[in-house]
Amino acid sequence: MDVLERIREQVTCNPVVIYMKGTPQFPQCGFSSRAAAALQETGVPFSYINVLQDSEIFENLPRFADWPTFPQIYIDGELIGGCDITLELHASGELKSMMEKAVSQAAE
Amino acid sequence: MNRKQRIAEQIHQSLQSIAHLDVVDESYMHAVPANAESHFKLLIVSSDFASLSMIERHRLINQLFAAEFNNGLHALSLHTWTPEEWVVKGGVLPTSPPCLGGSKVQKSIQNQ
Repeated sequence: MDVLERIREQVTCNPVVIYMKGTPQFPQCGFSSRAAAALQETGVPFSYINVLQDSEIFENLPRFADWPTFPQIYIDGELIGGCDITLELHASGELKSMMEKAVSQAAE
Repeated sequence: MNRKQRIAEQIHQSLQSIAHLDVVDESYMHAVPANAESHFKLLIVSSDFASLSMIERHRLINQLFAAEFNNGLHALSLHTWTPEEWVVKGGVLPTSPPCLGGSKVQKSIQNQ
């Protein structure tokens, strides 16, 4: 499967997914760490992809989304942003409701 | 011109109004060689952002630096506010310049 198709499938099959450096348990970048922690704090389940273990995704995700940096957070198939936007959405409480909505829609 | 100066200049050229701009080189906080100029934090307060969503604002700024990203820029932390949002967030507007004594001189002239 073409890498861009693979990414598209990942972001559409998972209601919430973060592309990050490392894992939520062992993040390998401060920005990835903070964003994953915000997702975890909502208590809503999410998926993660460690871009350091998939060089094809590491190289192609920026052009998939026209977004130059990691982490990238997708909710309901759509890029919501990187670390800064995720933290802002978490601080305002919006992040949790966006995640809950995406998860419940996926369960239907 | 170093990257910090280029970033500031690019933003000044690209946005119509800038109420406040901070460009901070945070490369020293990361595992990169000295003077890597790789990690930056930007605080941009501009009424240009009023009609844009947060992701649109970040896309706008990221796109200004596509060439820098291809040339060693690694991370751009963005804080993009309208002046109204900035005040609500408790941000302080830029401090006014110090007096430098002009009013004292004026007073002594008036008292003569």
